[in-house]
Amino acid sequence: MSMNTATQFDTLPTRTEPERGLIAIAMSGGVDSSTVAAVLQEQGHPIVGLTMQLWNQRRLPELQDDGPKQHRCCSLDDVYDAKRVAQHLNFPHYTVNFEDQFEQRVVRPFVDQYLSGRTPIACTNCNTDVKFEPLLRMARQIGAERLATGHYARIRKNDEAGRWELLRARDDSKDQSYFLWGLSQEQLSRSDFPLGELTKEEVRALARRTNLPVAEKPESMELCFVPTGNYVQFIQAYSREAGISLPGAEGEIVNEDGAVIGHHNGVHNFTIGQRKGLGFAAGKPLYVLSLDTEKNRVVVGDDDSLRTTTCEVTGVNWVSCENPRQPLRAKVKIRHKHEAAGATVHPLDANTARITFDAPQRAVTPGQAAVFYDGDRVLGGAWIR
Amino acid sequence: MNRVYLDYNATTPVHPEVLDAMLPYFSTDFANASSIHTPGQRARAAVETAREQVASLIGAKPQEIVFTSGGTESNNHAIFGVVNFAGHAQPPHIITTTLEHEAVLNACQAAEKRGAAVTYLPVNREGLLDAASVDSAIRPETVLITIMHANNELGTIQPLEKIGRIRRERKVYFHTDAVQSAGKFPMDVNALNVDLLSLSGHKLYAPKGIGALYVRTETRINQLLYGGHHQRGFRPGTENVSGIVGLGKAAEIAQRDFAIKTKQLANLRDKFEKGLLSRIPEIRVNAGNAPRIPNTTNIFFAAVDGEALVIALDLKGLACSVGAACSSGAVEPSHVLTAIGLTREEAKSSLRFSLGHFTTETEIDFALEAIPAAVAQLRALSPTYQRAAAHD
Repeated sequence: MSMNTATQFDTLPTRTEPERGLIAIAMSGGVDSSTVAAVLQEQGHPIVGLTMQLWNQRRLPELQDDGPKQHRCCSLDDVYDAKRVAQHLNFPHYTVNFEDQFEQRVVRPFVDQYLSGRTPIACTNCNTDVKFEPLLRMARQIGAERLATGHYARIRKNDEAGRWELLRARDDSKDQSYFLWGLSQEQLSRSDFPLGELTKEEVRALARRTNLPVAEKPESMELCFVPTGNYVQFIQAYSREAGISLPGAEGEIVNEDGAVIGHHNGVHNFTIGQRKGLGFAAGKPLYVLSLDTEKNRVVVGDDDSLRTTTCEVTGVNWVSCENPRQPLRAKVKIRHKHEAAGATVHPLDANTARITFDAPQRAVTPGQAAVFYDGDRVLGGAWIR
Repeated sequence: MNRVYLDYNATTPVHPEVLDAMLPYFSTDFANASSIHTPGQRARAAVETAREQVASLIGAKPQEIVFTSGGTESNNHAIFGVVNFAGHAQPPHIITTTLEHEAVLNACQAAEKRGAAVTYLPVNREGLLDAASVDSAIRPETVLITIMHANNELGTIQPLEKIGRIRRERKVYFHTDAVQSAGKFPMDVNALNVDLLSLSGHKLYAPKGIGALYVRTETRINQLLYGGHHQRGFRPGTENVSGIVGLGKAAEIAQRDFAIKTKQLANLRDKFEKGLLSRIPEIRVNAGNAPRIPNTTNIFFAAVDGEALVIALDLKGLACSVGAACSSGAVEPSHVLTAIGLTREEAKSSLRFSLGHFTTETEIDFALEAIPAAVAQLRALSPTYQRAAAHD
């Protein structure tokens, strides 16, 4: 028997509709994923809720006293909120343990990336490698056809092109398509984003109308396993526990000519484009231009030097179109809150590409994703090298 | 949905006869068993009858039975009661095993933090302890041996009689956590040679929140709780009369029905095990060759995510269990299964099915249809199983 994996998928998977098969919902205990349950139930789907236990809060005890307790990752309160929603709407709900996978595929790479001078996006790894991988598999193993999540994005089947397409959310201010570019055709064929056509206000209104116990719950903005938002503190604590040696703490801050203009306390404390604490040169504010982990150096310069017109990307995933093989015009977004900029994507091989922007872009940051859009469609994406 | 419950080791329903016996003590006979008036005396009489019933279940004297809030309290009382009495002249030493319940393991770890030394004896692949290893682990400062009678996850029964003989000669107190064995087959504290024994109501068809600790008459042990003069001041707190009555009644029923129920359960369990083994490839019974309580079986399903299987079965109406559930409801690999030499992955692929007095043959037939279907459904989507099948 041969193994079918997502990457070997070569024909368009079909979705059996309008049959009302069981749909699993990834529930965080927040208002969005809870509303997904209400929406799908109203549409007449049988549903089952799954809440992932991703991170043991009791780990890294030195971080325990920071931050509001109720907004911790995988806090019991959130699990119980999801259970209350399931009770309220009367559908089965289970908490499932993905701590091992989350640490291997999200936390550890996140720390490693920071320590190698890059600025990672944990949410993308979590989507591609946890939610829509082992969780989706478990959903299907327990009899569900698809996995629905509270993401603000849309999925559309393009029969002509023979592909599943990923689109921006109708509500542009909530759009999360930037974090979903890594999904394969098979993953998309098995996913459901019922909030993609709704605004946040509409979601809240729906939650209130169905009397969800979480209708008024505030949103969490921080990375779930670093609820304080203090990455540096997390990275230090985790590295100590995991026995990862931190790079030489003390290092040089140099200008573009290599002249030493100061000292820093570890490159993982800096991100590209950062200005804070760097001072001025010739009356102009200084920004971090690059992080050189080999020489343990932070390179700084003025705002002009921060702007570049080209970058290379790796781990390319083509979503709404096939690998174009030809240079492709697109709007490219280089971080979540970046306004997509006109560019040409030159595929170099199946895995890498070079992007040339029409106008210089500020702080193109290794470790972040470049996502290629054609209007609302996500053509593809890749990691900035 | 029709639900089939094969998780009796997690908890049992209250037996209808037990419930009937308890009901008067919530309303008409509600009085405090310590009160001198007539209603109080009626409650006292009920408590003392229950004490006799529980004592009789394990071959003890009534005055050796202390009612507690359940297995966890009984285990903690036994361990800290002995350790605290020993004092701190020299650090006391405890001998236990790696497959105890958390109520013993975590109590031992807490004792270690307070200065005690603890030896955690290993068990073999069948979950059995070598009695000789207990003998060689005893030191001059050893104050307590605490070894579980029947294991909650595997059902394996430890050779307590042998250990009991050894420790008699060595004059060390011997405690057993009999939460999973009490009421499942006849036992006698004198034959087992134990000084302390824990049992819990909700594992033997009495309600949750009631249990007992057997304390052999001459045993010198400190109390844990301080308060009034209830239970000779040794375990103060107004007696949970209805719970105690329920526990007494349950003990009486268990003793009455041993002859029928033990055999009947073993037959059903064996039918279930054989049925699964013949219907599903690549499974095996964990610790299946050890002496076991008649209602429990623990099965390893190759290339199956146990957590997903429990959920898939629950969605079909079959309740069973996997690993240890933490407070969120997520599952951790069982320390018992790793203690008998299973890998973390094998432990995550193992499920426990535990039958009980109300399990019927029809329910076993349902389970024998539902489980093979669910396992096939899971394996069809398991990358590891497809790899294994390629070797066929």
